Amino acid sequence: MTQISVVPAADPAKVVSEYVTITLDGQEFGLPISAVYDILNEQRMTPVALASEEIAGVMNIRGRIVTAIDARQRLGLGKNKGAGSMSVVVHHKGEPYALVVDAVGEVRPIATDGVVKNPPNLKPEWAALCEGVHRLDSGLLLILNVDRFVGGVTSGQPG
Amino acid sequence: MDDLIRDFLTETTESIGQVDNDLVALEQRPDDGELIGRIFRLVHTVKGTCGFLGLARLEKVAHAGENVLGRFRDKSLAPTTDSIGLVLKAVDRIKVIVAGIEQADGVELAGDDSELIAQLDAVYRGDTAESGKSAPSRPSRSTRSRRRAPRPLYRPREETSAADAAPEPLEAVEPPAALGITPAEESTPVAVPAKVAADNVPAAQSQVSGQTIRVSLDLLERLMTAVSELVLTRNQLLQALRSQDSAVVQVPLQRLSLIASELQEGIMRTRMQPIGNAWSKLPRLVRDLSVELGKKIDLQMNGADTELDRQVLELIRDPLTHMVRNSADHGLETGADRIAAGKPEAGTITLNAYHKGGHIIIEIRDDGRGLPVEKIKLKAIQAGLLTDAEAAQMSPQLIQSLIFKAGFSTADKVTAVSGRGVGMDVVRTNIERIGGSIELDSREGGGTAFFIKIPLTLAIVSALIVEASGQRFAIPQIAVSELVLARPDQVESLGGAAVLRLRDRLLPLVRLADALGIDRPVEAGKNNLIVVAQVGSQTFGVVVDRVYDTEEIVVKPVAPILRGLTVYAGNTILGDGSVIMILDQNGLAATAGRMDTDGATAETKTALMARGAGTEQLILFETAGDSTPKAVPLDQVARLEQIEAKRVECVDGRRIVQYRGELMPLVTLDPNAPVASSGNLSVLVFSDRGRSMGLLAERILDIVDVEVDLKMTSTRAGSSGTAVIAGKATELIDVQHFVRTAFREADVVLLSAAA
Repeated sequence: MTQISVVPAADPAKVVSEYVTITLDGQEFGLPISAVYDILNEQRMTPVALASEEIAGVMNIRGRIVTAIDARQRLGLGKNKGAGSMSVVVHHKGEPYALVVDAVGEVRPIATDGVVKNPPNLKPEWAALCEGVHRLDSGLLLILNVDRFVGGVTSGQPG
Repeated sequence: MDDLIRDFLTETTESIGQVDNDLVALEQRPDDGELIGRIFRLVHTVKGTCGFLGLARLEKVAHAGENVLGRFRDKSLAPTTDSIGLVLKAVDRIKVIVAGIEQADGVELAGDDSELIAQLDAVYRGDTAESGKSAPSRPSRSTRSRRRAPRPLYRPREETSAADAAPEPLEAVEPPAALGITPAEESTPVAVPAKVAADNVPAAQSQVSGQTIRVSLDLLERLMTAVSELVLTRNQLLQALRSQDSAVVQVPLQRLSLIASELQEGIMRTRMQPIGNAWSKLPRLVRDLSVELGKKIDLQMNGADTELDRQVLELIRDPLTHMVRNSADHGLETGADRIAAGKPEAGTITLNAYHKGGHIIIEIRDDGRGLPVEKIKLKAIQAGLLTDAEAAQMSPQLIQSLIFKAGFSTADKVTAVSGRGVGMDVVRTNIERIGGSIELDSREGGGTAFFIKIPLTLAIVSALIVEASGQRFAIPQIAVSELVLARPDQVESLGGAAVLRLRDRLLPLVRLADALGIDRPVEAGKNNLIVVAQVGSQTFGVVVDRVYDTEEIVVKPVAPILRGLTVYAGNTILGDGSVIMILDQNGLAATAGRMDTDGATAETKTALMARGAGTEQLILFETAGDSTPKAVPLDQVARLEQIEAKRVECVDGRRIVQYRGELMPLVTLDPNAPVASSGNLSVLVFSDRGRSMGLLAERILDIVDVEVDLKMTSTRAGSSGTAVIAGKATELIDVQHFVRTAFREADVVLLSAAA
C-alpha cells in the first residue's frame, strides 16, 4: 500500500470531489476516489491467452481473482517501457478490476465547477473515456469515467 | 420459542418427510407389514409428543391419521389409493400446522380440520364409499361467516357431510370475524398473537425444522476467500520456516497446517449439496400425478449423491419438477395405449445425474410416446412460429426443439397438470440463466430424454495442471481420459492437421500453444505430451509442454469482460497463490476447429449425420484416374498406411496385402481402375470386428471439418452422394459397401456408423 498524501482544498466553501491521480505516459488522469478500492504495487500477474491487448491478466488480490486492465493499452498509448507499474482497484458492476498504470499520485480535492468539458479536438477514443478536464498548476488533469473505462473493454477473440 | 417445541418441530418435520415417502412406497407394496409398522410408529410418536406439549390441533389430525394407519396395520383394512391419499392429506395438514407453529413462535394457529378428520374417521369406521363423495353444501350462514374469518390453511377439494357422522364430532370453532384478529382455538393454551395471520404461514419447510441455519452465499463466499488467504499465508509461513528445526515452531505449524486444510475443505463443502435434495419431493409428486392422470408410473432415480452448488440446486429444482410433470402428463401414454404399443403398462421416468465432459448432466428420461414431429410442425405453423417452407427444410430434431419456444404446447387438452404452453421455454430460460443448456433426444414411440447440462462453475473439481509455452492452465480432470507420451515420429501430419495413431484410432491433435495463440518456439525432436480429452462423443489430443499434477480447485467464473473467451471455463487460485485459467474443453475443441462441441450423444450425432445436418470431420482423397475429390468420415478410418506396391498380391481375383500378420483385402473405388505396380500406395484402413480392409487412394488431400449438406444423393453402389466441400464437388464414399465387397458379405455393420 502506498502512502497517499492529501492536498487540502484551496477553498473549503466550494463543492469539492476528491480524485486519485494516476500517470499514464506522462499524462495525469483523475479517478473519483469513491470508485477506488485499493492501490497496489506491482503484482504477480497471470496472462490470459487469447484475450485482447487491453487485458493485462488476472491476479490474486487477497484471495480474490481480479482482472487487470492495461490502462495504457486502453488509451492507445502502447506498452509501458519503464520499469515499475502500479494498480488501482476499481469496481464495475460489482466486480473488482485493477487498472495497471505507470504511477499513482496523490488524492486531490477538485472543485466541481473547476472541471470543464473535453476540448473538441481531444482524440475521440479519449473523449469517450473522459468526463472533462481540470486545470492544475502542474498541467491538465483528465477525469476518467470508470464505468466506460472498464465497461468498454473487449474480451478478445472468442475462443 | 421453547426448546422443547423447537426440538419437536425439527423431529416432526424429519419424520413427516419420511412418512410422506413411506406412504408412497406403501402404495406400491400394500402388503409390506414392516413399512406399515414404521409409518404407524412415526405418526404415533408425533401424536404422543404433541399431546404432551399441548398442541391440540396437531394431535387431533395425527390421531385421526393414526386410526386409519392402525387399521392398515391390523390388516382389517387394505390400503387403497384413496385411503392412502387421505392419509397423505393428513400428512400435508400436519406439515401446514407445523409450519404455523414455527411461524407463530411455538403456538398453534387456528384452523378448521374437521372435514379432514371426518373423512379420516369415515375411513376408519369403514364407510369409505360415502366419505368424500356426497358433498351437500354447508349452511349458508356458516359459509358466510367463514369467508370473513381467516381462511383455513388447507381445505379438501370436496366438502363432506361426514363430519356429522363422525364418532366424536370434532367441530372446529368458527372464529368470529373481528378486525383480522385470530383467536385461539378453545383448547389452545396460549393465545395466538394477533399480528400473525393464518394466510401468511408458509407451507415450505423453514429454518428450525431442517436443523440447519440459512447462511447467505455472500457470507460463504467471504469465508471462502478468507480461508483461501489463510491457506496462502500458511504456505508462506511454511516456506519461511522450513529451515527452522525447532520443535517449538514446527509442531504448532504442523497443526496450523492441518487445521487450515480442514477448514478449507469444510468451507468448500458448505456450498455443495447432493442433487437428491432437489429430488426428494418427486416420488410424492409422481405418485399424485399417477393418481390424477390414471397412469401407472415408475420413478427411478440414479446418482442422487452427485453434488451440486447450492445456488444451482435451488435454481434447477423448479425446472426439474416441471419436467417430471411434463413427462408424466405428455410423455407417458395411458396404460391401455402402452399395452397396445407393446410396452409394459407402467411407464418409467428415469432421473440420472452424473458428471460428464466437465459438466453435471441431469437426464430426465421417459419411455413414453416421444415428441410427435408432424404435430409439432403443424402447431408451430399454426402458432406462426414457422412458415411452411421453413418447416419443410428443418430436420426432425430441430422441429422437436421447438418445444423450447415460448407459447408452445402440443397438448390437445389443457390438463390441470400441464399443457398451458408456459413450460419448456421457462425451463430453458431458468437453466440458461445459470449458464447451463438443455438438449433433447426423442424418438416417436420410443420416449424422450432431456439432458440438462450445468456448467461446473462454482463446483469443486479436480483439474490437471498443464503448461504450454511457459504458461500454466488447468484442464478439468473429468474431460481427461488418458495421458500419452508420443515420439515425434509417431505424430503425423495430414495436410497440416496433426494426428496420432493411438491404438486402432486416429486421434486428431491440437497444440495448446497454437490453440491459445501463445508464441512458442517449436522444439524439434521433442517427445509430445498429449492429454487425451473427451468432449461428448469426440476425442482429441491436446499437446502440452508439461504436465504437473492434479489439484482440487474451486472454479470461479471469469470477470464479465472476459466472458467472451469461450475457451475458458473459469479461473482459480492455486495453492501457491497464483491465478490460473481453467480451460473449457468444449471451447478448446471449438477453437481448434473440432466438430461436435455441444456434447451431443453419439446417437444424436449419428442421427444428425444421417440427415446431413451436422458437421463432420472428413478425410479428402483422390483416386487414380479420377480428379473428383472423395471423402470418408475420419472417425471411420482406423489408420492411414503407406504400402509398397510390390507387396500387393493377387489371390482369387482380389488384391490382398499382408498386414500386421493378417491378410487385408485392398479395394479400389472403381474396380477397373489401374493400380500402380511400383512405389508406395496410400491406403485408408478401415476396421470392422477385428478385420481390416484397405481402400486404395492416389493421394490424401486434407482433413476438413465441414457441415455435410448432401446436394445430390446417389443411387450408385458405394457412393452416398455428392456434397460441396472446400469449394469442390466431392463424392461421399459409402464405406460399408466396400467392406461388404471386400469380405463378400451381404450385410456388415461397420463401426456402427451412419448408414
